[in-house]
Amino acid sequence: MIATTMTEFAGSQHVIEVIYLVASALFILSLKWMSSPTTARHGIWAGEIGMVLAIAGTLLHRGIVDYTWILIALVLGTGIGIPLGRVKMTAVPQRTALSHAFGALCVTLVGTAEFYLRTPDVPKFMMSVLSMEVILGGLTFTGSLMAAGKLQEILPQRPITYKGQNIVNLGLLGIAIAVAVYLVMHPEAKQFFPLLVGIPLIFGVFMVIPIGGADMPTVISLLNSYAGLSAAAMGFVLDSKLLIIAGALDGSSGLILSIIMSKAMNRSFANVLFGAFGQVQPSAAGAQEAKPVRSATPEEAAAILAAANKVVIVPGYGMAVAQAQHKVRELYDSLAKKGVDVRFAIHPVAGRMPGHMNVLLAEADIPYDRLIEMDEINGDFPATDVALIIGANDVTNPAARTDQSSPIFGMPILDVDRAHTVMVIKRSMNPGFAGIDNPLYYLDQTLMLFGDAKQFVGGIVRELGGGH
Amino acid sequence: MNSNLIDGLFIFMLACFIGFEVIRHVSPLLHTPLMSLTNALDAIAVVGAIVLVGEHRSNFAAVLGVIAIIAATSNVVGGFLITDRMLKMFKSSRPTK
Repeated sequence: MIATTMTEFAGSQHVIEVIYLVASALFILSLKWMSSPTTARHGIWAGEIGMVLAIAGTLLHRGIVDYTWILIALVLGTGIGIPLGRVKMTAVPQRTALSHAFGALCVTLVGTAEFYLRTPDVPKFMMSVLSMEVILGGLTFTGSLMAAGKLQEILPQRPITYKGQNIVNLGLLGIAIAVAVYLVMHPEAKQFFPLLVGIPLIFGVFMVIPIGGADMPTVISLLNSYAGLSAAAMGFVLDSKLLIIAGALDGSSGLILSIIMSKAMNRSFANVLFGAFGQVQPSAAGAQEAKPVRSATPEEAAAILAAANKVVIVPGYGMAVAQAQHKVRELYDSLAKKGVDVRFAIHPVAGRMPGHMNVLLAEADIPYDRLIEMDEINGDFPATDVALIIGANDVTNPAARTDQSSPIFGMPILDVDRAHTVMVIKRSMNPGFAGIDNPLYYLDQTLMLFGDAKQFVGGIVRELGGGH
Repeated sequence: MNSNLIDGLFIFMLACFIGFEVIRHVSPLLHTPLMSLTNALDAIAVVGAIVLVGEHRSNFAAVLGVIAIIAATSNVVGGFLITDRMLKMFKSSRPTK
């Protein structure tokens, strides 16, 4: 940046660039090794080494005159990071949302500082990427905070909608883009810059308000993607190739996950963001009570499970809420002891973030080769004696296959209704999160097991003789 | 400046393709740790904040930079810690049986 010192320190500058090059390669390897559980931990080491190298290399930067505050901030950040790395596994979705917010905060603040340092001489391209950095960063910051608040249940999980909501939201985004365009033309008009930061901050809040808990896997993935893209934009502003690469990797990762999630719900991004899914359908709520269902006690459920050869357990968000995963593990153990083949069917959007169920079950020490993806296990349901559903609802709703009028028609589901016996652990007959009635509950082979998931599974385990 | 910009766009495009190819092969089993790992890697933005604070070109920039370093560092530390904890939990049944 300062031409006179450039030649003098060109040597160390090259060293830094080589370090960044190595760090970039390590980051790519880190993600590559994540492809399988057997190599995934190498991935972390590669990432950590890359990160330490990159930070150490940056500290060699010739322009740095003061290390005190850098070190203080690094220590403070570490102090906040350690407890955030030790949260309970059930709190992982909100922790992830919170860390998206922190990442976006960093990018937004750096973008803001860079603008005020550079104005009024900001080239058009620079100002364009800087605007992108600040807009994406700002909306990701507040949007992720909102998502974290909903997941932590500080904020209501049900979507909040009002008339003209989409017009307000799109209007806000439009104004932010208009301000950005104006600033690209007139980078000296710094009185408008607060709008460029402020409007996306408000937009982020409004964007997540109408989104319900069931859509969180898609929203978290999208926010992940935005956080990555804003970091890549920051890389353009700072002319840092390392940052461009890391941001592009994070951005594409988030995008792939968003695509997988929205496919698993048979919905488009636009529909997730503007569709306000998961509203209660008041008309349907009253009519359901009349239809008969069969229910069973823990004793009866235990007898059926003990007599089965093949059991598939379908976990959902309800299992996470009831913290039932450890009891489920006991059930798995006592059934396995009796020679029953027990597997777990994992729907891509079960839970509140991609892979949520896998992490919870792995925490409860259930071997990962027992966790089977939807496409792989769906063909096995006709040969399954018992499908036991714990806290999952919409992902098992056969109306998605058959009822064209259902809001979830076309969504890929777990074909549990093809199992010989279906058992559903559920608190009551209240419709699930999306407020959609589930015809599965009225089938002849379905038994409803009413109660708290943790207690009910505990009851079954006691009956099987493996309880504590 | 201009050639840097073009270089940057090429790098961005290639990195996006690499990202898509690499991440497409990540097992859905590991999607949660994947997200916490990319989050930690993304916090490499801390290098921009470090330079901002270290160069101390204005008090305003330095203050924003300090907050930015704190936010990003907490992601680096917390992200790697929790990813590691999660991956330690994934065990196969094969070695024991």
